[in-house]
Amino acid sequence: MAVNYGSRRLVVGAHYGVRDWIAQRVTAALMAIFTIVVLARFLLTSGPVGYDKWAGLFAGQGMKMLTFATIVALLYHAWVGMRDIWMDYIQPVGVRLALLILTIIYLVGCAGWAVQVLWRV
Amino acid sequence: MTEIAKKRPEFRNIHAFGDLPGYRWPAASIASGMHRISGLLLFLAMPFIIWMFDTSISSEISFARFRSAFNKGLWIFPGVLVKLLALALIWAYLHHFICGLRFLWMDTSHAAVTKQFGASSAKFTIVASLLLTLVLGAKLFGLY
Repeated sequence: MAVNYGSRRLVVGAHYGVRDWIAQRVTAALMAIFTIVVLARFLLTSGPVGYDKWAGLFAGQGMKMLTFATIVALLYHAWVGMRDIWMDYIQPVGVRLALLILTIIYLVGCAGWAVQVLWRV
Repeated sequence: MTEIAKKRPEFRNIHAFGDLPGYRWPAASIASGMHRISGLLLFLAMPFIIWMFDTSISSEISFARFRSAFNKGLWIFPGVLVKLLALALIWAYLHHFICGLRFLWMDTSHAAVTKQFGASSAKFTIVASLLLTLVLGAKLFGLY
């Protein structure tokens, strides 16, 4: 069988990077929608926004679903972006691997915290 | 006799500090570079952003703590510094948002990737995000 790995690896065809590329776009669109929804609801609130009205924004189940999906989208989006940054600027493989691992831990931890806060409302 | 091929230069990774200052930086490059910087900033500040989400939303008491962080300060940091960080994040979000929409537009429209439109939309992105930052920053620092 023909060798298709190493230097002869097939570099076109089966989504090498396209999946992450398109995921970054889709997650961006979702976060943009979330931003517009929060902004619109914030601006349409009459009177000064204190604690009650601010927390009230996230109280409904529909908003919780949208916010949760946005948190997950942010996790993935930031992962793709940070991976791009580490791959562009960090050459030593060991350092890069360590940074990629730390990025995953950091992002998953942050997402967990955000989700916990969301269900506290 | 075959000539030994001259060793051709290989371009693999950017040596950030060595290569980047030597590049030509038209508006589109600046917008793109700022997109990366603002993204990195938002990534690094994520714990602070979630802390703001946490304290502002969890209870009346934590909401008061959230407000006092901007007026009286947080931990060892004075309120002004907290506001400056918030201002930097406001810029980062605005730039990342507007520039991101620009990229989405360019991904879906051939008309958006012409040289002229690329330059003008990049300038619009940079200026609009800075102006909006000024407007919101003035509000943050209580100028109106």
